[in-house]
Amino acid sequence: MSKYEALTGDQAVATAMRQINPDVVAAYPITPQTETVEFFAEYVANGEVTTDFICVESEHSAMSACVGASAAGARVMTATSANGLALMWEVVYIAASLRCPIVMSLVNRALSGPINIHCDHSDVMGMRDSGWIILFSENGQEAYDNIIQAVRIAEHPDVLLPVAVCQDGFITSHAMERVEVYDDADVKAFVGTYRPKWSILDVDNPKTYGPLDFYDYYYEHKRQQVEAMEHARRVILEVADEFNRKFRRNYGLFEAYRLDDADVAVVVTNSTAGTAKVVVDGLRAQGLKVGLLKPRVFRPFPAKELAQALRHLKAVAVMDRSIAFGSMNNAGPLFLELTAALAIHGVHIPVADYIFGLGGRDIKPSEVESVYRDMLRVAETGRVERLVTYLSVRE
Amino acid sequence: MATKLIPKELAKKPDRLSPGHRLCAGCAAPIIVRQILAAIDEPVVVANATGCLEVATTIYPYTAWRVPWIHNAFENVAATIAGVETAYRSLVRQGKIPERDIKFIAFGGDGGTYDIGLQALSGALERGHQFLYVCYNNEAYMNTGIQRSGATPLGAHTTTSPAGSVIPGKQQMRKDLTAIVAAHDIPYVAQAAPSQWKDLMEKTRKAVNCGGPAFLNVLSSCNRGWRHETYETLELTQLAVDTCYWPLYEVENGVWRLTYKPKEKLPVEEWLKRQGRFRHLFRPENRHLIDELQAEVDRRWERLLALCGEK
Repeated sequence: MSKYEALTGDQAVATAMRQINPDVVAAYPITPQTETVEFFAEYVANGEVTTDFICVESEHSAMSACVGASAAGARVMTATSANGLALMWEVVYIAASLRCPIVMSLVNRALSGPINIHCDHSDVMGMRDSGWIILFSENGQEAYDNIIQAVRIAEHPDVLLPVAVCQDGFITSHAMERVEVYDDADVKAFVGTYRPKWSILDVDNPKTYGPLDFYDYYYEHKRQQVEAMEHARRVILEVADEFNRKFRRNYGLFEAYRLDDADVAVVVTNSTAGTAKVVVDGLRAQGLKVGLLKPRVFRPFPAKELAQALRHLKAVAVMDRSIAFGSMNNAGPLFLELTAALAIHGVHIPVADYIFGLGGRDIKPSEVESVYRDMLRVAETGRVERLVTYLSVRE
Repeated sequence: MATKLIPKELAKKPDRLSPGHRLCAGCAAPIIVRQILAAIDEPVVVANATGCLEVATTIYPYTAWRVPWIHNAFENVAATIAGVETAYRSLVRQGKIPERDIKFIAFGGDGGTYDIGLQALSGALERGHQFLYVCYNNEAYMNTGIQRSGATPLGAHTTTSPAGSVIPGKQQMRKDLTAIVAAHDIPYVAQAAPSQWKDLMEKTRKAVNCGGPAFLNVLSSCNRGWRHETYETLELTQLAVDTCYWPLYEVENGVWRLTYKPKEKLPVEEWLKRQGRFRHLFRPENRHLIDELQAEVDRRWERLLALCGEK
């Protein structure tokens, strides 16, 4: 039987980790992920898990130890945020290329500088081309659910790629919410036992991991990573399907909220989608046809499916919690990718980008509403007056 | 029954590092690796930092390693082997794999150990992973074309500390990494040289059976960087030992012990003059650097003798 608990997002992740009971966790504390590591250290100390916890001296070593442990055939998890992820950087790429099915809880926080401990998505957006599967979570429940599914996605023999599960630093990581926690046995049954095909501990069948790889093979190995990422599209949905049936949820590539008959929509990830839902309901009550699209799977990017889901709209606003500095119009990464997807798939509708919430700047329902009202005007005129807006910034 | 450390017996053991690798003729690194792996009868798992040994023993789809081997990156071999070793302990403890007396070994050069990998090494030592870290120390970043490292001695010419008309080679003394590691109070730390193969092999055995983290700093001549003939490799590491530039000693559970004392302590000049990287020091205007280096060798040697209860 599942039960409802009051958990912070970090605690929800730690709970999932306890139920998954990985063989090795290597992690380094960093705000706002710290709570997860603390809770997990308690589970280890109290014998609630059989995990070996390596409390490393840096995030670089955290990811390095994760790679070593994963090559040894262990089920491996870690957690980090912002600068911690940045310090892991080099090994983040190596983990993907060595096809290590590591699961990471990434509690999104603004990258320095200036130093800031609060939420934005500059950390995850930097890893978007690193070869990791990336999932977003609106709240603690989704972070919990995504972590559980991530294990299955990562370890699928057709995938064998690391997965990062994102949630918003402080906004959900430290906010206590009602989370449905499934029965330990059900989670254990769902994630199953990891049976690696190869292990560096197989001393009778020695293998070489991570050799030098030059122009004659490197390219093909990168191509194989693409294959794995392509397989992940199918596997993510298969795992979601099984999860949905077992735990009565509704996960897919994204969530469409009151989108079917909408004229305009906002596309936004993580916790702000929750705020947007409230705004949508309010505007709907006024008879305005507005909807929301909340991407869950960011890597692999479901370009075709997103284009299809947005095709009928008269105007779309993307809300980006980070800036791709120097990119087209200094827009946000989600906007850049989504507009490319729309163009490639022949969807020619007015689209605008709204940068918001950098460094944890609060995003109010009234601000999200202003975005919708802008889009309703655009829907009427068919013209985007301002391609990229920095919402509520002092200029 | 452990294999006796006599050539006749050791020659019967299959090589764990196969011939055909691409390390330079005259490189001491594969000699050191073979000596260390031959000293161990148990199964081993090896992790390798980026460096000469890594690039020259594995170019996909080839490998010279007949034991499980992993390369992750340059500065993280200690963290990588820590992950492997932890996974092993975890999986055994949970009954997921059978227990084997596997020895976990990390190889890194001086660049990957003295400099960029020092933090990961220190962390892994402090956490008490059961592994042997071997620094094959050729005193510069040889893999990338002879750049200075924290292990490069005073006055040495490297491509980033060139002997110029104003600045005559490296301006700083090398750091004493073996002492830094010993300060971690791990069960076994030693300095060794491949020219004293039996000493190195005995130290290896102590290291892998000490029940905790162990560290070997092994002087590894590089004929490309040191500038000497390929056949002089072992002679030059032995000269480093006999000049007391590279003393052989161990620190076992905090007890310092000299494992070899030269009958006659040779002047460091005897070692320097055989290597092209020090050639400029023999010009009259640079002689003072030889004196400074000698004074430093003497000072460290005296300190070591005191630590080892030899005086």
